[in-house]
Amino acid sequence: MNGVSTLFYKEVLRFWKVGFQTVGAPVLTAVMYLLVFGHTLEDHVKVYDSVGYTQFLIPGLVMMSVLQNAFANSSSSLIQSKITGNLVFLLLTPLSPLAWFVAYVGAAAVRGLAVGTGVLFVTAWFAPPGLDNLAWVLAFTVLGAGLMGTLGLIAGLWAEKFDQMAAFQNFIIMPMTFLSGVFYSVHSLPGFWQGVSHLNPFFYMIDGFRRGFFGVSDVSPWLSLGVVATAFVVTAAVALALLRRGYKIRS
Amino acid sequence: MPSPTSSPPAISFENVKKTYRGGQVRALDGVSFDIPCGEFFGLLGPNGAGKTTLISVLAGLARATEGRVRVMGHDVVDDYAAARKALGVVPQELVFDPFFSVRETLRIQSGYFGVKNNDAWIDELLENLGLADKAHANMRQLSGGMKRRVLVAQALVHRPPVIVLDEPTAGVDVELRQTLWHFIARLNKEGHTVLLTTHYLEEAEALCQRIGMLKAGRIVALDRTSQLLAGTASTMLRFKTDAALPADIAARARVTGRIVQVTAHDAAEVETTLAALRAAGVPVEDLEIGRADLEDVFIEIMQGAQQ
Repeated sequence: MNGVSTLFYKEVLRFWKVGFQTVGAPVLTAVMYLLVFGHTLEDHVKVYDSVGYTQFLIPGLVMMSVLQNAFANSSSSLIQSKITGNLVFLLLTPLSPLAWFVAYVGAAAVRGLAVGTGVLFVTAWFAPPGLDNLAWVLAFTVLGAGLMGTLGLIAGLWAEKFDQMAAFQNFIIMPMTFLSGVFYSVHSLPGFWQGVSHLNPFFYMIDGFRRGFFGVSDVSPWLSLGVVATAFVVTAAVALALLRRGYKIRS
Repeated sequence: MPSPTSSPPAISFENVKKTYRGGQVRALDGVSFDIPCGEFFGLLGPNGAGKTTLISVLAGLARATEGRVRVMGHDVVDDYAAARKALGVVPQELVFDPFFSVRETLRIQSGYFGVKNNDAWIDELLENLGLADKAHANMRQLSGGMKRRVLVAQALVHRPPVIVLDEPTAGVDVELRQTLWHFIARLNKEGHTVLLTTHYLEEAEALCQRIGMLKAGRIVALDRTSQLLAGTASTMLRFKTDAALPADIAARARVTGRIVQVTAHDAAEVETTLAALRAAGVPVEDLEIGRADLEDVFIEIMQGAQQ
């Protein structure tokens, strides 16, 4: 194996060795959301005429799991290595900043996709969401996972202690995922909050992803794709620049 | 010794400066020296002298504020990949990745350097470092000494021509020190260049062909170990006493409890020192006269550098 594939392999092995925590637990959490919200709201909320609420919920929960777990993988791996000091083994190697980026983000995307597939597999059993266009589904999963893996990489470089990482996750990532339309259509919101939702890149990831299942969405999937791709390119450029500088990892 | 024109030195420091906090803290203040290929070099200095900073700059863990560092002719910044491939660093801190076993750790480290199918060499490292029966143990299960051995194996996994050991024997038991030095000395005989920082001066004296002493970010002594020992006071007077020493002897003596050590340059100085003690009425017990060791040289140079 060459350097970048070794780091990718190590990052995948790292989360796979604690699979109950990194894959099993998020799948169970998503299923709980589906059971509780689906059961209580099925008869009260109608988002699209042709789609039941439980069905509507499934793609949102799948995407939320993909995004949160992709972020969690790169960010927790980096902060743990920084705090325990074993990042030195990587810093001593000839691996380039691009190799770090590809390996960390790639492994984060793999975890996101693994959890997402698990959630889809289990929840679809309750209410099959159907499939309108596989290409949208795949495009938004991969780009979304890549974007969140990249954000996790940036957060992992920036944070110096677990507390800062928890703050990043709980005060930025969590609100942005919850307010992105996982549990509702933004069209049901008052005008002002609809506007705010449209500033949230997570909204486009989930809306575009849902389009692939139902063939209907709040905004054009092409607009969503443009926003998500731009966000990925911008964050990737930032992450690469930080890695080149050795930001907070080389003094 | 290889001629300087035939091949680049294994390590070359060229006016290396490192400042922190906008220049307020000066960790390295213009360090310049070369280590030729095949040499066993010792870098000594008190805590905070800049040894670890210098190693960090060499290994790419820190960037020099000024100056250049090369490994086997490769600049550690402009040509970092080649420089790091040539370098095997044993870090000072006892760090490990708790997710993996010893063999996994070593395979992964090989892979980072692009070394494939490395199991034969990994087995040899495990054997030589007394780790063969720990290959499948998780890193968390190992004792401190065993973790230290894995650190050494990790540094050597890509067969680097230049080996850097940053205080590898701090807090390590006698058995590991013996195993480690036996192995490192063998690698040195086989042509590897070794840069060692240590607090154990007898270790440096026994192993290093040449020694550099660092104090407050500057090189204050740089010579062959034998020259350093010959160039300074070479005789050591050692005795026990409870009485106060005469002022001129007290000034150059090292006192540890009842034990007094005084250096002398030659036999005449030994005689005058003893005469002065007798004249002052200082009772002397268990008198020994021996050769000065590196520790004495170290103290003399560090005191000299202070003035």
